[in-house]
Amino acid sequence: MKNLLVAQNVSKSYGDYKAINNLSIEVPEQSIFGLLGPNGAGKTTFIRIINQITMPDTGKVLLDGQLLQPSDVQHIGYLPEERGLYKSMKVGEQVLYLAQLKGLSKKEATSRLKYWFDRLEIGDWWNKKIQELSKGMAQKIQFIVTVIHQPKLLIFDEPFSGFDPVNANLIKDQILQLKEDGATILFSTHRMESVEELCDYMALIHKSNKMLDGKVADIKKDFRSNTYQVGISPRQRNEMLENLNQHFEVTPAHYHSIHEDVKLHIKIPENSSANDLLHHLITLGQVNHFVEVVPSVNDIFIKTVGQHA
Amino acid sequence: MRNLKLIIKREYLARVRNKTFVIMTFLSPVIMVGMIMLIAYLTSLNNDEEKIIGVHDVTNMVFDELQDQKNTVYLNLSDLELTTAIDSVDKKEYYGLLYIPAGKTDEEIARHIEFFAQEAPSNFFLSDLEQKISNVLTDRKLESTGVNLATIDNAKAKVNIKMENFSGEATSKMASYVKMFFGGAAGYLLMMFIIIYGNMVMRSVIEEKTNRIIEIIISSVKPIQLMLGKILGTSFAGITQFVIWIIFGSILLFSVTAIFGIESTSIQGEAAANSVNPDEIQLLVNDVLQLPLASIIVAFLVYFIGGYFLYSSIYAAIGAAVDSETDTQQFMFPVILPLMLGIYVGFFSVVENPHGIVATIFSYIPLTSPIVMLMRIPFGVAWWEVLISLGILFASVFLVIWMAAKIYRVGILMYGKKPTYKELFKWLKY
Repeated sequence: MKNLLVAQNVSKSYGDYKAINNLSIEVPEQSIFGLLGPNGAGKTTFIRIINQITMPDTGKVLLDGQLLQPSDVQHIGYLPEERGLYKSMKVGEQVLYLAQLKGLSKKEATSRLKYWFDRLEIGDWWNKKIQELSKGMAQKIQFIVTVIHQPKLLIFDEPFSGFDPVNANLIKDQILQLKEDGATILFSTHRMESVEELCDYMALIHKSNKMLDGKVADIKKDFRSNTYQVGISPRQRNEMLENLNQHFEVTPAHYHSIHEDVKLHIKIPENSSANDLLHHLITLGQVNHFVEVVPSVNDIFIKTVGQHA
Repeated sequence: MRNLKLIIKREYLARVRNKTFVIMTFLSPVIMVGMIMLIAYLTSLNNDEEKIIGVHDVTNMVFDELQDQKNTVYLNLSDLELTTAIDSVDKKEYYGLLYIPAGKTDEEIARHIEFFAQEAPSNFFLSDLEQKISNVLTDRKLESTGVNLATIDNAKAKVNIKMENFSGEATSKMASYVKMFFGGAAGYLLMMFIIIYGNMVMRSVIEEKTNRIIEIIISSVKPIQLMLGKILGTSFAGITQFVIWIIFGSILLFSVTAIFGIESTSIQGEAAANSVNPDEIQLLVNDVLQLPLASIIVAFLVYFIGGYFLYSSIYAAIGAAVDSETDTQQFMFPVILPLMLGIYVGFFSVVENPHGIVATIFSYIPLTSPIVMLMRIPFGVAWWEVLISLGILFASVFLVIWMAAKIYRVGILMYGKKPTYKELFKWLKY
């Protein structure tokens, strides 16, 4: 698959402080790429480099195979973490102004804005000032400003912070829709659930360095521990535990169930499979619950960051 | 370029549509004209007050020389006792009593003349009175030594030095005042303009920061474009305001004078009648006309552009460095200081010696040159001096814009802490 955005060995320092160290990522076309990291990891600096707000000290950024040009701003839509609008300016005027700065003609911007008013089911807010709108309404306008020029690359910095749950959901749906329509989306967050839900790819940044990156599913595979969560009602409880302990690594597990089972996490050796474990368990009792423990992005995050702490 | 135009347009409209701006634009001329009217009214009130002055002249030689004037009437109270005269002046609330005692010699008389009054009379009034009495006594003394007064009068040569400059154009003594006035007004105006509109630029930068819209904008345009757009847009708004002030103000002034019939010329007319003969007025008009008016206007524009850009980019950098207007104090003082210095140097040094070393040096320093040089130009400044001064000014304009843009670029994305000068210096290197 073609990569829309490629960063090669990008570094940026502020004085003695290294904000990003030798960062390389590849964002495939029409995918959702999550840039993950704790606060202060360097995500925003990297995003500002893509937006050409800051220049990298070394390294280069390619968009669509070409070195990033000043004119590329019209192909990028950016929703910064620190966001807002001119409070005393009217909605219509304001969006038109910002869209024109992105290279749209006034006429085009007008028709697009009307389209988005319909799409987000916004009434006629054209002549309202931002200060007259509720926060949720202003957030919708903010979103329109980001996408109105139909950018190839959309960048959302902590998109769900500050949005109320209803709007956050709306934005999430719109992001998925935009991806369907062909856009590539890069978003940065320290909220792991949203990565789990939305992202096809991710990169984990910690203390200015990239820790890992790749397809979310692949990363999860790498982090699987061959551990299964098992609920079993044994014929002989003590005998079973003794038996299992001889063959596997067993730890107690906790989950909700309607059965009065013995709940266990069982880790199997590298060379055996889930079926082997299942065969073994069936001989010991009634298996009511059997599921592989898949690491959540949160687990991966904590584990990776913990290793380097 | 397209973006710069868009930004200028937005900034211009944002300024012009601002309620305070609109109110100030139309209210200021009203207030100014109102003030002028009030001052004119109060002055006329003051002048209309009639002064009655009792004169107790024991020698009987001064009173005849004191002629009643428009607002001053002299009453001869010489027949009364001095104490009675004082009482009567006090009771009738006259302005005061002039007492000229008897004496053996005129010197003795002169030493003992007194003026009794409830309130201390103005210096102007006293010196006028002294002059008159002194004339009387001088004439008497001359006569007593056998000099014919008529001969003296005939012999008096009326001297009124006519000044000419080297190219032979006649000028009046008022010329330097006229020059001072024009230069001073231009310099002062420039300072006001810089402070008012520089502040507007700064506030609009802070507004974008507090609105948190700044990052969205600079993901579309270069920060320096935004900064220049702001400075230009605000300057156009300022020019608009200025033009409205002048047009609206003069219409207002003319209509008000027409309606209330206050003769704006009456005061000047009186002054002219008293001290200046018609020739002088003609010369005064000539002076104004002979001022290098064209070069003053051109210089004003050029120095205005230079000074405004210099200062407003500093204002923009300050706005970018802070989070709120209250944080600007520590940076404001160093900006206001050179402006004030320019005005003071202008009003003291330039007036005293327009081409002296102090005035010359300050008309080269870019932070003060727009003001000081403007004040010097009416006195005639060599073209190469202006050229050097402009060269320095515009070189520093580019330098300052470049530095301001660097601070601006970093500052607009910094939130939370108030930067120190040291940090600002560090930002220059990012």
